[in-house]
Amino acid sequence: MSNMKEPDMAFADAVKAAGGKTLDLCYQCGTCTASCPSGRRTAFRTRQIIRKAQLGLKDDVLGSDELWMCTTCYSCVERCPREVEIVDIILLMRNMAVQKGYMADAHKKIAASLMKGGATVPFGDDMRKLRSGMGLPANPPTTIGNEKGLEEFRKIMRKTGFDKLTGVN
Amino acid sequence: MAQKYGFFLGCIAPLRYPGIEKATRTVFKELGYELVDLEGAGCCPAPGVVRSFDEATWLALGARNLAIAEKQGVDIMTICNGCYGSLFDVAHMLHEDKAKLKHVNEILAEVGLHYSGNTQVRHFAEVMYNDVGIEKIKAKVKNPLTLDVAAHYGCHFTRPSKLKHIDDPERPHILDELIEWTGAKSLNYKDKQMCCGSGGGVRSRNSALANEFTAEKLKNIKAAGGKYIIDVCPFCHLQFDRSQKDIKGYDIPVVHLAQLYGLAFGMPKSELGLEAHEVKVNF
Repeated sequence: MSNMKEPDMAFADAVKAAGGKTLDLCYQCGTCTASCPSGRRTAFRTRQIIRKAQLGLKDDVLGSDELWMCTTCYSCVERCPREVEIVDIILLMRNMAVQKGYMADAHKKIAASLMKGGATVPFGDDMRKLRSGMGLPANPPTTIGNEKGLEEFRKIMRKTGFDKLTGVN
Repeated sequence: MAQKYGFFLGCIAPLRYPGIEKATRTVFKELGYELVDLEGAGCCPAPGVVRSFDEATWLALGARNLAIAEKQGVDIMTICNGCYGSLFDVAHMLHEDKAKLKHVNEILAEVGLHYSGNTQVRHFAEVMYNDVGIEKIKAKVKNPLTLDVAAHYGCHFTRPSKLKHIDDPERPHILDELIEWTGAKSLNYKDKQMCCGSGGGVRSRNSALANEFTAEKLKNIKAAGGKYIIDVCPFCHLQFDRSQKDIKGYDIPVVHLAQLYGLAFGMPKSELGLEAHEVKVNF
């Protein structure tokens, strides 16, 4: 019993219900792993992560670093003979991992930046100066330069619970 | 009648490489197209991070951008593969799934917005290729370029091809053609379609891994004699440009296609925002 992993079929069903309905189509040919530029240099094995999802090995998948090594390049999706929506499935499983509290600090920082300015990166006076010098408005007409737009953006994140999920406010 | 598009800026172009924004505005004006600012648009939201964290938030924030364009009566044109990936996918999902659209509209109602499902999402390179076309573009090239360059398509420009139908995902040609219309030569190189490494939240979470991808691309580009990297995505652009501080042995300037066209159309170099680049660009 000690080396047995407990399958959680509710996990596989949840992935399918959340939009990963092609999960069961995978017949483990390995075209995905062979096409993966990340797997070429890491322990990330696309075929394996899909198999684990099919088998309901929830903790193996959700707690793994490999889940976050996919750059979403879609090489696997383009070549999959079964048209499994591999990238969509990986992203859905990342959502589940985040719900369980697996979220890198660097990613929390980006969530905080989104809450602050509605953008993934910070923005400062040097860039304002560069923009003005080129004949662009110092603040772009996005949430950065539009207070009402930024408030809408924040309000939506609070409404969906993104602030609590990612630990920012 | 001038054709117009809603100009979706995203984050990285206006906040890190404003020359890309400036060049796009100038090039489209020169071509006789109107670019309308999408007032108060936010992050696309980023496909690699926001969609990885919470799909419902990603859908709602994306729908807000689509709704702003719809309200202004324009389709969206992006200058970034990441924005294109997110907004295209959000639009596709909402146009196909009425239950999701209804749910998103309940959230948008809180901020006084509504999305009916009428916004098309376009990528500027595909707009130039399909809507503007070779004749109009070539007629505006005042400064034909004689550069040997390496095209980097990035991933979300053509993929997933099942939805995008822009070009062959394994052997695309439209970026190479767009580059060659300026007079420059677009080279072939090993693993040309490979990802830059930055997507999917990998650059922020695991920059060493992202840089391994980039190092391989730089090696292949250098071996083929590429003197510039030409991209259609500010995030790939950032990855190629900034990673060369850490990946030793390379000094290959990184230029967005809009900047390349700005140069070819005779824009002053001072307006291309080249001082924001880590790797010096001396055309």
